[in-house]
Amino acid sequence: MAERSVSMTDTIRSAGKRLGQKPSSKEFLDKYGSLWTVLVLALVVLVFGLLSSTLFTQAGWEAVSKSTYEYLPLAIGETFVILTGGIDLSVGAVLGFSCVVSGTVMEHMLGTSTGSLGITVLGFVVGIAVGGLCGFLNGILITRLRLPPFIVTLATLYALGGATYIVSEEPIYQIPHQLVTFGQQSLFGGWFIAPVLVALACVVVFGVFLSRFRFGLRTYAIGSNRIAAERAGINVRRHLVWVYVLAGALAGLAGMLVSANFAQTSPLFGNNDELAAIAAVVIGGASLFGGRGNLLGTLCGTFLIAVLTVGLVLVQVTAFWQEVTIGVVIVLAVSVDQLLRSVSQR
Amino acid sequence: MAATVQAEEGKSASQGKTPLLAARQITKHYGSVQALRGVDLELYPGEIVGLVGDNGAGKSTLVNILSGALQPSGGTILVDGDEVSLNSSIEARNRGIETVYQDLALAPDLSVWANIFLGRETTRKGFLGWLGWLDRKAMSTDTERSLDRTRIRIGSVQSKAGQLSGGQRQAIAVGRAVAWGSKVILMDEPTAALGVEQQQRVVELIRTVSKGGLPVLLVTHNLPQVHSLCDRVLVLFQGQLIAELFPAQCSVEEIVSWITGAALTRSTNGG
Ligand SMILES: Nc1ncnc2c1ncn2[C@@H]1O[C@H](COP(=O)(O)OP(=O)(O)OP(=O)(O)O)[C@@H](O)[C@H]1O
Ligand SMILES: [Mg+2]
Repeated sequence: MAERSVSMTDTIRSAGKRLGQKPSSKEFLDKYGSLWTVLVLALVVLVFGLLSSTLFTQAGWEAVSKSTYEYLPLAIGETFVILTGGIDLSVGAVLGFSCVVSGTVMEHMLGTSTGSLGITVLGFVVGIAVGGLCGFLNGILITRLRLPPFIVTLATLYALGGATYIVSEEPIYQIPHQLVTFGQQSLFGGWFIAPVLVALACVVVFGVFLSRFRFGLRTYAIGSNRIAAERAGINVRRHLVWVYVLAGALAGLAGMLVSANFAQTSPLFGNNDELAAIAAVVIGGASLFGGRGNLLGTLCGTFLIAVLTVGLVLVQVTAFWQEVTIGVVIVLAVSVDQLLRSVSQR
Repeated sequence: MAATVQAEEGKSASQGKTPLLAARQITKHYGSVQALRGVDLELYPGEIVGLVGDNGAGKSTLVNILSGALQPSGGTILVDGDEVSLNSSIEARNRGIETVYQDLALAPDLSVWANIFLGRETTRKGFLGWLGWLDRKAMSTDTERSLDRTRIRIGSVQSKAGQLSGGQRQAIAVGRAVAWGSKVILMDEPTAALGVEQQQRVVELIRTVSKGGLPVLLVTHNLPQVHSLCDRVLVLFQGQLIAELFPAQCSVEEIVSWITGAALTRSTNGG
């Protein structure tokens, strides 16, 4: 594929060919079938909006967006992992562990002459690095010991859960005020808090990374056909390690966002978060077998869960029914998705 | 696109030259199964060599070893006369050895162009390109052109490989090997799922490639095809090469008798 000189006739011919092709319904479904989550999200928003007008107010948006910033980074990382055909059960535990380690470091640094901003930056670096290291551990265990991701991340879920309490049993409130200012900073007339913007920025950046960059393409390839990826010359093991590092680092980032907003680091943070992250990815149309899914779906999945949770609170449904509803939505989401797939495959 | 570069080599296998790719005493066992028992093979510029044998004779094993996808238990591989170790597919590919695998090695969720370019993606210039920003447009148009040239019809290069028919998928795998191959092309049953017309296309493609100077090693069960297309036919029987036949001087029936081993018993009985 070396030469790039396109002759005029070639260009015209292929352009004409493309124009002449009507997109078949198959291709249409293939391209937009995954977007049905957007429709479901719109529908749910509409229904709850009609039931309770609060959803369309600033307070409603605030409640919804506030319950997404923690899950978005986790769900982004989880999407990459699930696209490779793996799963990461440890993201919640990594969140808790990395924020507690970061909190301990920051508490220690507060006694020194380092400024508040410096400690805040350091806190972020430590949180993300510790998260990345946890992901590295996952990746190494999965690729070197050839253990299934489910087993490895189940083990690290337990181990890190314990390690978190070994580092610090109590919440740490001694964190730099700059961090708290950032975490509670409201922007754009109160419509956004800074952590929400950071989370949304992550969706955009990693969405582009996934769909337009080599790393993303290879992530899909590995989940789609690992042997083909190997034969195409991709270093699959190294790539997988990076995918788990990414998931861990994003969990570390999520931990810092939560700590900043809650003005503390707590060993309770992140508990059970992996379930919400996986649910968001699955509702967003990703296949657990790998190779299929995207971050737009994951974004919608995350917001769908958030709108459901907030909406059910607004219409005064008890917490237990909220969880039942989310369970029902997961089943519905996946079965409609499979239905669409079987149509597009025909 | 080195496949279409014209070389001066003649068509006949000239024993005086160094083979582009050679295997010496290759053995392979899977546990207790002895799949290959000391196979020697040489590929010279521009020749089309058939590799035939019954199911389980070891054809795919040999092809996978030559393509770096599988490691031999013993023996050596030489490229341009130099001993090399092909520890992975990428090493073979970097030496210009392209393979159409029996299982095609396509990612069903990726588009046609992504499958063709996977592992050697075209990126844009500059810093973002260094980070891996894909030049999707260049890859699509390149794919369109190279498939056009091979006259393989697959509709849009944007369609997912998994949504194509078995024959179309096979055509993509063949097109990929031809597009990238610059030294040797190995094909493990490249026409098995193809219709008559597409089969003819692949046959023409193989001829074009070999005229360009690249040897093609062709594994197939289609013996009339082997007989009409190949310069030389190697017969693999229970992991050993038992015959080298020249279609110009032998019949399809003769090839069959070697594949089934009948000729072998005859020759040992007779000798
Ligand atoms: N991964 C493996 N593990 C164990 N045995 C194997 C493996 N792959 C192949 N074999 C054995 O090695 C022998 C040769 O197999 P191979 O696939 O090379 O045959 P083939 O000539 O390509 O057959 P076919 O015409 O059916 O494709 C067979 O006996 C097969 O059972
Ligand atoms: Mg075979």
